[in-house]
Amino acid sequence: MASIEIQGVGKSYGAMPVLHHVDLSIQDGEFVVLIGPSGCGKSTLLRMIAGLEGITSGAIRIGGQVVNELAPKDRDIAMVFQSYALYPHMTVRDNMSYSLRLRGTPVERMTSVVSAAASKLGLDALLDRKPRTLSGGQRQRVAMGRSIVRQPKAFLFDEPLSNLDARLREQMRVEIKKLHRELGTTSIYVTHDQVEAMTLADRIVAMNGGVIQQVGTPLDLYERPTNLFVAGFIGSPAINILEGRLRCDGERRSVEIGSGERISTAPLAHGHDGQDVRVGIRPEDVQISPKADGGPTAHVELVEPMGLGTIVHIRATHHALKAFVLERVDYPVGTSISYELPASKLHIFDAMTGQRFPE
Amino acid sequence: MTTVPLYEESAHRKHTPWRRIMLAVEPYIYIAPSVLLITMIMLVPLVIGLSYAFRDIQLINPFSGGFIGLEHFRTLWTDAAFWHSMKNTLVWTFASVVLQFAFGLVLALLLNNPFPGRGIVQALVFLPWAVPTFLSGLNWAWLFNPVVGPLPHWMAALGILSAPENILSDPSLAMWGPIAANVWWGIPFFAITLLAALQSIPQDIYEAASIDGAGPWRRFTDITLPFLAPTIAITVLLRTVWIANFADLIIVMTNGGPADQTQIVSSYIFTQAFRRLDFGYASAVAMVLLILLLAYSFVIILLRQAMLKR
Amino acid sequence: MKSSAYSRSYRFLHYGLLAFYVIFALFPLYWLLKVSVTPNDLLYSEGIRLWPSRPSLAHYTFVLAHSDFPLFFKNSVIVSGSTAVLVTLVAALSGYAMSRFDFRGKMWLVGLMLVTQMFPLVMLVAPIFKLFSPLGLTNSLTGLVIVYTAFNVPFATFLMQSFFDGIPKDLEEAAMIDGASRFRAFQQIILPLTLPGVAATLGFVFTAAWSELLFALMLVSKAGASTFPVGLLSFVSKFSVDFGQMMAAGVLALIPACLFFLLIQRYLVQGLTAGAVKG
Ligand SMILES: Nc1ncnc2c1ncn2[C@@H]1O[C@H](COP(=O)(O)OP(=O)(O)OP(=O)(O)O)[C@@H](O)[C@H]1O
Ligand SMILES: [Mg+2]
Repeated sequence: MASIEIQGVGKSYGAMPVLHHVDLSIQDGEFVVLIGPSGCGKSTLLRMIAGLEGITSGAIRIGGQVVNELAPKDRDIAMVFQSYALYPHMTVRDNMSYSLRLRGTPVERMTSVVSAAASKLGLDALLDRKPRTLSGGQRQRVAMGRSIVRQPKAFLFDEPLSNLDARLREQMRVEIKKLHRELGTTSIYVTHDQVEAMTLADRIVAMNGGVIQQVGTPLDLYERPTNLFVAGFIGSPAINILEGRLRCDGERRSVEIGSGERISTAPLAHGHDGQDVRVGIRPEDVQISPKADGGPTAHVELVEPMGLGTIVHIRATHHALKAFVLERVDYPVGTSISYELPASKLHIFDAMTGQRFPE
Repeated sequence: MTTVPLYEESAHRKHTPWRRIMLAVEPYIYIAPSVLLITMIMLVPLVIGLSYAFRDIQLINPFSGGFIGLEHFRTLWTDAAFWHSMKNTLVWTFASVVLQFAFGLVLALLLNNPFPGRGIVQALVFLPWAVPTFLSGLNWAWLFNPVVGPLPHWMAALGILSAPENILSDPSLAMWGPIAANVWWGIPFFAITLLAALQSIPQDIYEAASIDGAGPWRRFTDITLPFLAPTIAITVLLRTVWIANFADLIIVMTNGGPADQTQIVSSYIFTQAFRRLDFGYASAVAMVLLILLLAYSFVIILLRQAMLKR
Repeated sequence: MKSSAYSRSYRFLHYGLLAFYVIFALFPLYWLLKVSVTPNDLLYSEGIRLWPSRPSLAHYTFVLAHSDFPLFFKNSVIVSGSTAVLVTLVAALSGYAMSRFDFRGKMWLVGLMLVTQMFPLVMLVAPIFKLFSPLGLTNSLTGLVIVYTAFNVPFATFLMQSFFDGIPKDLEEAAMIDGASRFRAFQQIILPLTLPGVAATLGFVFTAAWSELLFALMLVSKAGASTFPVGLLSFVSKFSVDFGQMMAAGVLALIPACLFFLLIQRYLVQGLTAGAVKG
């Protein structure tokens, strides 16, 4: 087990930069999730930590030791691939013990470690089978088993669950979390799936275009996204973003949407009158009620029942909004509805830079 | 934190250049044996061989070996036998490639869909490719020989020949002997490559096309052919060059005769070098052939690129 | 009803055409066999009969007992076998490099290998002879093995590359993370998975070396180091009247090449398919 330090790391393929000056420090035992749109460089970063890609600039430390020039085999890390990368010509047992054999582990110890890992993952009955005879879920477990047998300094996961169906994914997610709690090994986990990210991570690293956008606990990212990208990327159903213009009226701040409608906001330290801004509000923070209670009104466009709750799409004169409510409402299309956007729940971003306004 | 230099561990600095160098050099270590072999055994001799084209090298003449500039090429320009062999090369190459390709494509299509016994049939029809070329030549020469072979008798019975005679000794027909042997021997090559290409066409495209209403013929012209086109282009290109160079069958079956009617450029080179022992002239002819083939490949590749751009 | 009639006539055509191909492919070989078992006195009288009325193995006995063919056969097995093994080793390395590495000069290497396929090889005979004779490599099986190895490496490299391309890169990366060096990953993970490719390459090169005539003829002049094709050819000129014995020798020459080919032809198609999927 070890901490991982990433300092000013950059990567280019030929002349094309893929990662720009990435700084990240991961504590010993931490579970960090990298999340971001396709092609943003998550896998590249992970593979650089593993030693599968060269480092163009900067330094990576594992356990305090610079590993830039170390071959993957000398870094003592384990990785679970999206494709699992099980060795097709070896049995499950041999797949799991391969790394131990390469290190010359004594046979008795190897047997006991492999069977311990196998029983932890429920693979006991499969040890003598070849990977091709296993189901997707079983293969995934073998890939996990292969990485836990040797107690590496860190686990790297590259979208390990994306080839599983939803049910199995949920189950494996829980198992990974349990395993991490039990072993306490530093882990870096790449995923597209934000439920995975929110549930597994101690900290989430949101990336876009080769740049880290925000690092923080899942709730940090959810409740205080530092920019428009993170706000839009995290959360499902996605956050509502409205275009508007900042209005300063003495100490009071409000945002004018379209021509006329005004939403008042919490006090802001910055911003000048007339500045273009974006206002974000999460669907569950939009409060709707069918009674006209004096607030602004809109009409229902679409109702999506989700089981857990309902998403109501409403349209006002200048903008559309999604509202998430826990009740099973069933408004007919066109119903007129009044809504409220509580000032404390608004996220205000500078339209030019996309950055959150400091409060 | 910020004042810590990036590489403080001196132990690792020691390893740094070594692994850098290893990583950079690694691919070259893997290709080194190939490159070394090809250079020593093919490239160096090729250059030496090309230099012979400008020298007077005759094995039987101990005073030869001098530099004579373009003399050989001047002789070549007026050498009727050479021009004749050029014409024969065109006929030989064109007929062989077209027939091998056509038969090979049909065979690949026949083998593409599973049927009971496909494994065995495939092994049997590909078998001629394993037959050593000189043996195919001898074998077909014997088949065309009316003394031990049935072909002249059958062809006479069918009225193709007026009498059961050996077509290899008939100047007007002799070329068809080596071509027949070449087609027989070369069909499997095309069939194997095209079959591999056919099997890599995703099946669901055909299903989608049938659902869209395409019949078998439309599916062939609209899906199969476009998918095969790159393979066809590259195989035909490589094969044409290879067959133009391929003299074994002709040397074994007819030795260029009768009356030079089956002499192609590469068998002409062979004759010049090993019958007349005039290596200088043989190299000059070989050089012309090499240049023509390179030019041909170049044109084909350009055409292909122009077509891809369109 | 209509569609079943259609499919029946289609099947008929399909099998009919295949039968034509099988007969066309096998008939010449069959004829070779037939003449080789026809005793001399029946050769002309039963020239176009499909099977001799009195088959005999006399020609085979003669070829095996009273000629140099067993020696030629042994030479050919040694040369073709060593060539096949060497080429496969060398081409596995270079094919792996082509499949897995991006390195400067890669395009040049591909170009070089393609161009070697265009050489009129006749032209190389004299220079190679000149290079080899001071080294004692003429009149030796080793010399032939070296030449054949070089000639076969380019195509074998492309073949091996297409097999390697079919194997996911993840596998050796996983092995490298598990603690293997790249070479060990290549050896323990990738090569075992490429066995069909190795078999195809071995078989392909073996057949090619088995049939090579030109250099076998030109680099070797003493009978002790002659290969089968050379022996057969000298046989043709020496005993040009004895068709039976020649064909018996021919049948014997065919056996190893055909056996090898029958074993590997399946992998050849697979290998090319794997490459085609990628490209
Ligand atoms: N070998 C390579 N050569 C050139 N560019 C590459 C190479 N590998 C990756 N890239 C580029 O680097 C960028 C980042 O790729 P990476 O695989 O890290 O993305 P990712 O975030 O993992 O995406 P995904 O979520 O789709 O897996 C992409 O734009 C990709 O095209
Ligand atoms: Mg990725």
